[in-house]
Amino acid sequence: MVKLTLRNQQYEVKPGMTLLSSLEKIGVLPESVIAVRNGEMILEDEILKDGDEVKLVAVISGG
Amino acid sequence: MKCKTCGGKATVNMRQHKLALCSTHYLGWVPEQTARFIKKYWMFGPDERVLVAVSGGKDSLSLWDILHRLGYQVDGLYLGLGIDEGIGYSDESHRLSAKFASERGLKLHVVDIEKEYGASIPMLAEKSRRGHGRPCSVCGVAKRHEMNRIARDMGYDVLATGHNLDDEVAVLFANTLAWSADLLRRQEPVLRESDGLARKVKPLCRFYEKEMAAYALLRGIEYIYEECPFSVGSTSIYYKELLNRLENERPGAKLAFYVKFLEAKKNGLFTPPTEKDFILTACPKCGQPTSGDGLCSFCKIVGKAG
Ligand code: SF4
Ligand SMILES: [Zn+2]
Ligand SMILES: [Zn+2]
Repeated sequence: MVKLTLRNQQYEVKPGMTLLSSLEKIGVLPESVIAVRNGEMILEDEILKDGDEVKLVAVISGG
Repeated sequence: MKCKTCGGKATVNMRQHKLALCSTHYLGWVPEQTARFIKKYWMFGPDERVLVAVSGGKDSLSLWDILHRLGYQVDGLYLGLGIDEGIGYSDESHRLSAKFASERGLKLHVVDIEKEYGASIPMLAEKSRRGHGRPCSVCGVAKRHEMNRIARDMGYDVLATGHNLDDEVAVLFANTLAWSADLLRRQEPVLRESDGLARKVKPLCRFYEKEMAAYALLRGIEYIYEECPFSVGSTSIYYKELLNRLENERPGAKLAFYVKFLEAKKNGLFTPPTEKDFILTACPKCGQPTSGDGLCSFCKIVGKAG
């Protein structure tokens, strides 16, 4: 499985999908997050593999 | 995806520019573009003294980093708002701003609202009964007042804030929905100085919020990730999400909305401001310009709390 974390929310998706499809699957807008895997930023065409842990950094802020 | 400059692995993809870059080239590209916009909009020159308003967030700290790298004479201003809400928000944002400054040998001015005026922002908001439970309107008035005061008292030529394109587009969207012509007229990357008001500039106004977060992460800037607790559920966050949904379907929509708005204004979308739009009088208490003929909004708020 692939684990994705956004703030304190955890999601799991099947391996073998791109980051873009994974984000669509869990209903997170790609424009609103930056994905980091093993300390490296990854782009939407990246294929996520079994065991990957992806941290989604929320980019929207403001009052 | 490959870096357009070196062909290496790209880490940032900007669909609105059809441009993907690797980390190294992205870290070079952002300051280059910032310098371009500073010149394009006539923000300030190399000999002017710049004061950056820093909140400890990704945008303002990145702005400080970028201007410093570009060789500008730039100091920081941190306003202690006294927001705690159980997560020590202000303390943490102050700590990160101070750490950023000391690691780079930069000068940070700190103004604590409670020390200066006897009440924190949440206290002022409560006592003045403005904002219906949210201190944001009081906070906005106080920030504008204090930034202007420090910039002028300390002799800075220009006050810079870290507003990014998403901030600008969210405001533009809100003001367009309400057809607030006055506010739309005044929304510009640069507000020229006038009697008693410092020049204000937004050097990051052409970068998407996501690009600024990428810059801060890649540059290793430690910024406050937690939101101000009072921003939860705000309309500006709601509009940003809405606009990101649009951007997702139509890459470049946010950028075009903003840039075309500025162009349309230049081409006469609105009647230019008249003499009477500029009639301001000095607040009898603090001396800052105000459009009414009594105390300015900030002095009224402080007065009610006193
Ligand atoms: S969210 Fe409101 S209270 Fe918090 S910093 Fe922004 S304007 Fe001030
Ligand atoms: Zn490169
Ligand atoms: Zn006043």
